[in-house]
Amino acid sequence: MASLNVRAALLSVSFLILALGLWEMATQPPEADAAMTEYERLMGGADQESRVPPPSEVIKLAWAELSNPFYDAGANDKGIGIQLAYSVYRVLTGYLAAMAIALPVGFLIGMSPLMYKALNPYIQVLRPISPLAWMPLALFIIQDSDASAIFVIFICSIWPMLLNTAFGVANVRQDWVNVARTHELSPIKTALTVILPAAAPTILTGMRISIGIAWLVIVAAEMLVGGTGIGYYVWNEWNNLDLASVIFSILMIGVVGMLLDLALGKAQKLVEYKE
Amino acid sequence: MSKSFLEVDGLSKVYPDGQGGELTVFEDIRFALEKGEFVCIIGHSGCGKSTILNVLAGLDEASAGNVVMNGKEVKGPGLERGVVFQNYSLLPWKTALNNIVFAVQARWPKWSKEKVKVHSERYLKMVGLDHALNRKPSQLSGGMRQRVSIARAFATQPELLLLDEPFGALDALTRGVIQDELVKIWEETRQTVFMITHDVDEAILLSDRIFLMSNGPNARIAESVKVDIHHPRARATIFQNPAYHKTRDYLVDFLVNRSGSALPEKDGSPKVVELAKGVTQSTPASAESETESETAARAVNA
Ligand SMILES: Nc1ncnc2c1ncn2[C@@H]1O[C@H](COP(=O)(O)OP(=O)(O)OP(=O)(O)O)[C@@H](O)[C@H]1O
Ligand SMILES: [Mg+2]
Repeated sequence: MASLNVRAALLSVSFLILALGLWEMATQPPEADAAMTEYERLMGGADQESRVPPPSEVIKLAWAELSNPFYDAGANDKGIGIQLAYSVYRVLTGYLAAMAIALPVGFLIGMSPLMYKALNPYIQVLRPISPLAWMPLALFIIQDSDASAIFVIFICSIWPMLLNTAFGVANVRQDWVNVARTHELSPIKTALTVILPAAAPTILTGMRISIGIAWLVIVAAEMLVGGTGIGYYVWNEWNNLDLASVIFSILMIGVVGMLLDLALGKAQKLVEYKE
Repeated sequence: MSKSFLEVDGLSKVYPDGQGGELTVFEDIRFALEKGEFVCIIGHSGCGKSTILNVLAGLDEASAGNVVMNGKEVKGPGLERGVVFQNYSLLPWKTALNNIVFAVQARWPKWSKEKVKVHSERYLKMVGLDHALNRKPSQLSGGMRQRVSIARAFATQPELLLLDEPFGALDALTRGVIQDELVKIWEETRQTVFMITHDVDEAILLSDRIFLMSNGPNARIAESVKVDIHHPRARATIFQNPAYHKTRDYLVDFLVNRSGSALPEKDGSPKVVELAKGVTQSTPASAESETESETAARAVNA
């Protein structure tokens, strides 16, 4: 009896083969029949362009792209690695900036009921705004498409981190705070050695949600601002009607998103504790 | 009159009763502790024992009255008063050792890392946990956690130790073992201890004096019973002492028959009861049968 993991892996692979097989069959090019004119045959078949590429074609392209991911042949022809790197760079910059604001402010709100009450209305109004709605304003004020994309990432990743930090800090067990009090810890020391580790799992949950949202938003943001990045790349390949590239980059977006989430998941494991 | 180490003067606590009125949980609590004394306080649930302890710790504020330790008024928590909470209150992300290191560092910030570690390990050894230094609280049993918590409190060598039902959540067997350890540590260190318990036997084993609290609302500390059993004491042999049974009967009688109506002296200080010399004031109803008091004792222990 194979272990659960082995059986799950086998099943996963069979699902993949099945799906790829169905996809491949459904997207076979039509038989080059006699009715096709010489001209049409020359052009590779009349309906060639409107056909979804079969997986074999996508895999071939993926192989080519991944074997040279960082080539740079001008503005509209860069390797997938470069495009992804641009996107990851924007996400991380905006995300870190959001962290720098969200964690201290979240701490403040969590520790002080007064600040919570004073700031909560603003948070409640700003939070539901679609991050992309900020884009025109950002473009107008910042006057720079790259910085505007980063700003949009900043604004969308700040809320889950802020709210989770505030919630985590406000709900630290009173017993642990009392331990800090009976040991005469200074407020700073209490915050760093008791409240921060106690609230860390909740804070990390917020950070994990944020990175997920940031990665969702960057694709849309780059489609809007253009220039570089994986979002722009997808849109550009669509304009080129290169569907194999579109499918390939969709998959890469998924893979990178998963890696970002994995990294935060690992960090979450590090700060977790059992009561 | 010479001042005592700790003086509690006219403490009371008033809460809103939820119907627009006020509820006085306890009032005019007066007592004094001398250096090196071990004092237990017993009273029915809800009479305000934890509140009094938290006021002494500086974690709670009384509605009236004040607490003076070493001539200084107690305002807020401080390292000279150590607290052992009923639910252990260990920091779950730190190992057993680091929980103690945390406290020792707070107490002596100038000590070297090495010195802090040696000192912390010594106290963990005292409670028999030298094999579990690097385990997190979640990997320890309830009894082991409470041992760590006790080691933490003793390690900082506070002038006054406050214990709120430290063994309340433990099974009888474990409780007995840790009581013995507490006796041992206390004989070694002679800390001043103020402890809440529901367990009459525990109180007799550990205390020099036992405060008896009347029922709330408007609870008072009505009596202070001297335990006339010489040190060192041991759980296994204390039963042989005649003073033990006398004291036990007296306590159980108070809790069962008199806690509703008992009052302190006119000046508010608890009536001093010295069973060895006969009781100075009120005498217990001695007609009570043995079986009755046994049942009552068990009910109180539960
Ligand atoms: N925030 C509060 N508001 C109103 N009443 C309170 C509040 N906190 C405590 N009380 C009341 O104060 C009384 C004393 O509580 P306390 O916890 O000190 O009792 P206790 O003697 O330690 O009881 P136990 O033996 O069950 O631990 C209780 O009757 C409780 O109902
Ligand atoms: Mg209590």
